[in-house]
This record gives sequence, C-alpha cells and structure tokens, in this order.
Amino acid sequence: MAGINDVVIKIATVNGTGSASANGLLRKAIFRMGIPVVGKNYFPSNIQGLPTWYEIRVTKDGYQCRSDRVDLMVAMNAQTYAKDMGDVISGGWLVYDSTWPRSSLLNRADINVVGIPLSRMCNEHFDGVRTRILMKNIAYVGAIAALLDIDLEVIKGLLEETFAEKGHLIASNMEAIHLGYDYAVEKYSCPLPPKVEKMDATGKHVVIDGNTASALGCVYAGATVGAWYPITPSTSLMDGFRAFCAQYRIDPESGKRTYAIIQAEDELAAIGMVLGASWMGARAFTPTSGPGISLMSEFIGFGYYAEIPAVIFNVQRTGPSTGMPTRTQQSDILSCAYASHGDTKHVLLFPADPYECFTMTPLAFDLADRLQTPVMVLSDLDIGMNDWMVPEFEWDDDYVHDRGKILSAEELEEMEAFYRYLDVDGDAIPYRTLPGTHPKGSYFTRGSGHTKLGAYTENSRDYQEVVDRLTEKWETARTLMPAPEIVYSKFNKAAILTFGSGNGACKEALDRLDKRNIGLNYCRVKAFPFSDSVRDFIDKHEVVYVVEQNRDAQLRALLILDSEAPPNKLVALLHYNGMPITAGFVVNRILEEMSKGQAA
Amino acid sequence: MSYIAKPGVTHPSLHKNKLGLTSRDYEGTVSTLCAGCGHDSVTAAIIQAVFELDIEPHMLAKMSGIGCSSKTPAYFVQQSHGFNSVHGRMPSVTTGAYVANRHLTYIGVSGDGDSLSIGVGQFVHAIRRNVNMCYVIENNGVYGLTKGQFSASADIGSKPKKGLPNQQEPIDPVSTALSLGATYIARGFSGDKVQLVPLLKGALLHDGFSLVDIISPCVTFNDHDGSTKSYAHTRRRDHHVVDLDYIAPMQEITTEYAEGSATPVELHDGSKIMLRKIDSKYDPTSRAKAFKYLRDHFNAGEIITGLLYMDDARKEMHDLMGNVDTPLASLPIESLMPAKGELGNILKRFR
Repeated sequence: MAGINDVVIKIATVNGTGSASANGLLRKAIFRMGIPVVGKNYFPSNIQGLPTWYEIRVTKDGYQCRSDRVDLMVAMNAQTYAKDMGDVISGGWLVYDSTWPRSSLLNRADINVVGIPLSRMCNEHFDGVRTRILMKNIAYVGAIAALLDIDLEVIKGLLEETFAEKGHLIASNMEAIHLGYDYAVEKYSCPLPPKVEKMDATGKHVVIDGNTASALGCVYAGATVGAWYPITPSTSLMDGFRAFCAQYRIDPESGKRTYAIIQAEDELAAIGMVLGASWMGARAFTPTSGPGISLMSEFIGFGYYAEIPAVIFNVQRTGPSTGMPTRTQQSDILSCAYASHGDTKHVLLFPADPYECFTMTPLAFDLADRLQTPVMVLSDLDIGMNDWMVPEFEWDDDYVHDRGKILSAEELEEMEAFYRYLDVDGDAIPYRTLPGTHPKGSYFTRGSGHTKLGAYTENSRDYQEVVDRLTEKWETARTLMPAPEIVYSKFNKAAILTFGSGNGACKEALDRLDKRNIGLNYCRVKAFPFSDSVRDFIDKHEVVYVVEQNRDAQLRALLILDSEAPPNKLVALLHYNGMPITAGFVVNRILEEMSKGQAA
Repeated sequence: MSYIAKPGVTHPSLHKNKLGLTSRDYEGTVSTLCAGCGHDSVTAAIIQAVFELDIEPHMLAKMSGIGCSSKTPAYFVQQSHGFNSVHGRMPSVTTGAYVANRHLTYIGVSGDGDSLSIGVGQFVHAIRRNVNMCYVIENNGVYGLTKGQFSASADIGSKPKKGLPNQQEPIDPVSTALSLGATYIARGFSGDKVQLVPLLKGALLHDGFSLVDIISPCVTFNDHDGSTKSYAHTRRRDHHVVDLDYIAPMQEITTEYAEGSATPVELHDGSKIMLRKIDSKYDPTSRAKAFKYLRDHFNAGEIITGLLYMDDARKEMHDLMGNVDTPLASLPIESLMPAKGELGNILKRFR
C-alpha cells in the first residue's frame, strides 16, 4: 500500500501529444526534493495517436525496478480509460479530465476519483490548439503537485532552467501549473495520505537512461567512428553520441570534426564499417537491437576469426522476429554469445543499469582492443530507454586506455619479420599492426583459412592450430572479465542468480524475502565468458534460481555450456511478457518453487 | 593456374620508380586463377598503375569481397595491407577503413556477382557517400567458383556453357553508377592494357568514388560462342570513346594532342590527366548525354570503353562530413577526452 514517499503514479496519454516533457518535469521535481524515483515509459511502436504511459515510482528505499501496482492514475486518454481505471489499486486514486462527463458505467466504488476540468481551464486561459494541448499536460502536473504535496518552488526552478532563454514560457507554464494546483486544493482535501516529503537520498545521484550513458561512455572511451542503422530501442544511443560530439569533438583550430557518424544502409553495412575502421585502428562501434544482430552475424564471425576489435551495443527488445519493438526482453544472449556460423563465441558484457552502461563502455573498447575481437554490450529497452536513478558517474582523468598489442613503426623497424597470428607472449593474443604504419607490418586479413603466419591455407594442421589458439584466447578472456556481484545474506543453501536489468527486481525481492525470514544469497553475472567465481558460487548452493527475461532460459543454458554448471541445480524463473520484471514476480515464483520443494 | 614459383631475383636493368622500386616490388603471390583468366591481366594492369604512380606499397589498402576477382588482391603489391572480407561487403569495410584513415589509397576489387547481386546495396551506397576509392569490377557475367551460373550482369540472350540463354535484364554497373552520381566512371577491357592502365591511374588519383568496370572474360565458363563477355565478342564490339593519358606533376604537357581532341584535367595532387576523345560526339562531362550515348550503343550491341564520366567538383566523403585532415585513427586518445573534470558539468543536466 502507498505511503509517504512510497507511491506509484501512472500517467496515461496519447502518443505525440507532448506529455513527455510534463512527465519529466514531475519526475525531476520529486527527485529534486531528495526522494528516489524510477521512471518507466510504456510506449507503442507508433509516432502519433496510440496510447502511451509513463510511470513514476516514488521509492524512499531507492528500489530500481518497476512496481506492480498503481496508486495514482492520471487517465488522460479516453481510449484506455476503462483499462487504466481497472489498473488502480483498491483504495487508490484516479485523476481525470472532468471537462467531459464520465460514463456512469466507468465507475469503481473502491477507488477515489479526482476530477479536474483540465481542458476547460486551459481553453479559457490559453490560445492556439498546440499550446492548449501542451498546457493541459502541465496542468495535470500542477494537480498532482497539490495531491502529493510537491514543492511548487522546485517546479518553478526546473521551469526556469528549461526555459532560461525563453522567459515568457516560464510564466505561462507556471500559470498552467497553478490551474491544476489551485483547483485541486480548492475542491479536494490535499495532500492525499500517500504524499511526498523532502528527503536527502538523491545527493550525488543522477537520473539518466542507459543509452545516453553508453553514448557518454563512447566519448570517454575515445571512440571516433560510429556506424549504425536506426532501430528501436537503440536509436537514442547514437543521438546521444552525436549530441556529445557536437560539444566535445570539434577541433578548436579548424572547426572540423574529430569523429564520424555514418548512418549505414543496413546493419550489414554498419558492422562492416565498424570492422573496417577498427582494422585501421580507430575505436569504432555500432548500436543495434536483435534484428540487427541477426543481420550482422556473418561479419561478427569474420571479426572473431580475423581478430578485429569491434564494440556492438545490443539494446535488446522483445523477439522473436520483429516481435514487440517497444517492449523489453533479455532474449538475445544465446544468439549473441554464439553469433555466426562455425565455431564462434563472443565476449558479452551485461550492464545492470545506466551507471554500468557508462562504466562498461570504455571497458568494452579496452577488452575489444586487448582481445582483438568483437565485444557486445547487452543492455535492453528497460535500461536503455527508461529513467534510472543511479550514482553520479566518475571518470579518472588519468585513466590510460588499453589499446592492446599494436606494433609501432619503431618496433616494426627493429623486427626481423612480422607475422599476424603468432602467439608470441603465450597468452594466445597475437600482435597486430595498423595499415600505413610501416612496410614490414603489412599482412593480408582474411576470413578464409589461415596459418599462424597469416597465409591462406587449406591444410588441416595449420587451420586447427589457429582455431585452437582462439580457444586458448577465450580462456585468457575469461580471466579479464569483470567479476560477478556476489552478496551473501546469511548462510543459505539457495541463491538467486541473474544478470543485467534483472538486478533491481532481484535485490528488492531479496529484501522482501528477508522480511519473511527467507535469506537467499545473490550472484549477478556481469560478463560472458563466466569467471571461475560464477561456477564456484553455483557449487556452494543446492539450488540456484536463475532469474531472466526470456522464455527459453538462455542464461541457464549458457551457464551449463560455458561453466559446465550442473543443470539440476539451476531453476529458471522466466519473465518474458515484454514488461520490465518486478520484485513481486521474483518473490512469488521463488515462494512457489520453495513450496514445491517442501511438498516433494 | 601457374605452378611455377616466381624467381627471387630481379634483372638489374629493370626500370625503377621515384621510390627506387621496380615493378617486381609491386607484385604479389602467384595467381591461383585459371590460365588465361582476364582477371590476371587486370592484376598486371593494377601493378603497372600503382608502380607508375609511385604509391608506397604500405600506403595502399587492397580491399575485396568473395569470388574469383576478390582473390586477386593477394596477387598484387604484397607489401600492402589486404582485407578479403565477406561476400558483397567490401564497400562497407572500405568505407569504415577510409573514414578512419583518409591518408591511404584504397583499391577495391570486386566482381559482377559480388557487386551487382549479393552486394548491390553496398555498391550503390558507397557511390552515394562518394567514398574516395578506386572500385574495380572484374566483370565476366558469370560465377566462376561455383561453376558457371549467370550473374546479374549477364546480357539477355547470352548463352551459358550448359542450359538456356539468359532472359533477364542485365544490371550495368556503368549506367547504375552514372545514375547515382559517381564522380569518375570508366570501362575497360582486360585484354587492352594500353587503355586500361591510364584508366586505373586516373581512378586511383581521383578525389572521390571512381568506378572502373572491366570486361574480364572467364576462360572456363564464359568464353564460348554465344557469350557476350568472351574475348572474341569484346574485341569485336569494343568501341573506345574517351581514352586517358596520365601526366605526373611537374611534367610538361607535350603537344602531340591535336587541339580540340584532348582536354587536360588537373587532379588534387597537381598531376593531370588528358582526356583524349576518340568519338568527337561524346561528352564525358554530361550525365544526361552519357546516358543516352551508352544506351544507344548498348542497343546496337557495342561495348563502350574509356573514361565515360568525370565530375571533379563534388566533395568526397570526409569533406562532405567536415572531418579533420588528420586520420581519425591517428588522433591521440588523450586529445579526444573532454576537459579534466568536465564530467561533473555534463551530469548537471541529469539532476
């Protein structure tokens, strides 16, 4: 049940009516009051006209996942009014535009209904169709501010920042805020019991989406080439990179760009460009989603075999095929781990939130360069496009990027001869050269069979020598992967194991289970191949609940394949309806599984 | 296929270029294509063009896809970096490589299957972007490695060795490139090195996308009677329109060209090419006229060769994008970082 600083607001609007900025204003105002928030978009694959929702979870405990209840629904969309009303928790509140009467059929005795004549008031106070629509959004923010006791000064401050250069908009927006606020205060007993109160829990935090965080990571990784084909939900990553580069990547002397963004004709070309640029020595990346990975697969295998670095961001969405492009899932991990024909396997990183999207991006580039192989960063729509409160990112200005084993002109000059695929250091990672460096560095890059000296071959032994070294390189990669996050509660034989965006729901579930005196241990894997500590963790438990957001238990399958984890210990808890996973789901499924165990 | 290893010594009287290298220094490994393959003649022409242009071998990038033609970069300029990519995707890899390092010279060798069937999408988009590269299509109308299927450039009525004649419209890379705005378009014949070498030199020097479509007969699968890409057919039907002569920087333009028959075009490095018009009716600067001329002669069964179109005014890819002159791959990573402590300022908007 809702309480102080523990309330879920859901706003139902029509796509394309400009509600995003109003919703952002509301979410930011609560955050500025020092109260942790979670912001989730549920939007259609559509430009204008279809229903869209924004959900703000006010969470004094700082939980990161979606809640599965709605305390206060702002029902601004007649199309979905009945459903939206049905979603409100018993005893909750529903705000609607009372300009028009509601059908008597659409009533629920167990909720409180708050009518605000938003359209009528905005039509009286503002001119122009577009302005009236936009101001209606701002007016509902005002009404919610009254109902939840949000500080109007904070809202005003935010408007002043937003419209610093368009002063007249500050006054008109504040006018709209007051229309909603004053009406609610006059007609209803404000604030409601579940209201907000100032806290001090957001200092040194930001609210940001994962794609923007990854884009910023690319800037700090020193990426200079981004090639992409637009695809939901990855598009905002390149939008973010473009915006940051416009500010930080213009040569002050010439005014020219020190970065290149190429909108490719398709994903096949995007990854081809990335490999070409990486082969030349630039740090290059491509953001995409599942269908893009399918198209890129041939080239990903080429990168693996020819040993060319590349960074690929897969912001996963709901598959298979086109699936539900604006819904989330973690269903590409198997297809990414083994993308392409033949024996291939790829390094994957699993950020859990935008903070890790930032920190794991320079790491992805470093690993790609160090291991000379494509590295995929697997986030998902929930991380990539939703608003997460995370600690402020930090950057060590003395950080030294790892460009891996690249021979300089001087080193080549000293050498007798250079051979591309020789394991000189015993770590199964050969040296590479960049075209144009030195005549001695020249070699022929090919996806066809090659010897350790780099020559074409159809000789079995020479072929096998190279692919066997790639297996050894995989073991080197294992030692370089970020360690899993492991939390031991108290001694328990059962544990939860998850990855990526499952983190928030699982952590909250651990707390809830703890209150029922069920203490479970926790492991969140951050990368593939799995570090040895993942297998050790599994070995310490009798049962491990593998929580993942796909139908086929892909993480469980990978654990069995790569860590040789005993299958009978791994119980998959699968959430794959396209909505972000909730703590309630994890708790219920674990209780179910535990009761099965007791029955048996 | 030649089984004879190349001799390791060169004759002391071999001519040297400005870098002190002989043409032997621009050779590659021994070809594994069929004896008499047109592609080997193209390889020889590329060797001569690169040698005569004094290109440092390690400053040349040799790019290819998959197919007989795509194997050939191994057979020239061994001291260059080669990239034998996946089928039909050479243009994207070259685009990426070029965007990362604009200082190298790029030659992409492709075939009619690689460029006009599986890779037609990448081919057309490399043209749209005006990637600064020399794009060679070794065009034989047939798939060799998979043993003789027609490609998309096979002419209507052309007969295969076995089976029925082709019924589908061919894709002509030259008129395709013309419609897409390629800035240097030439066609040559592998059997005419005298014409081909200058066409390749002009293409290598051109600042922007240059296409050299080369009729290069497949001696094994498409050199019989009834083939429209055979040696005999091409020799009979070849019609030169505008040939090229290359003049290095500082070299005086000799007066052997009759006034009105030759037009000098200065290239970005100070060198010049002389456009030598053989058919006085042909205008290589007009896309519209070039189209009509090509079409009329195609309908008459003639293969038009020479420099067919040139536009030296359009900006190439980097200049269109407004990129720095230093290769992006050479920028020190420290120079790419926002100022010290700037992250805090960036994050303010997310509070």
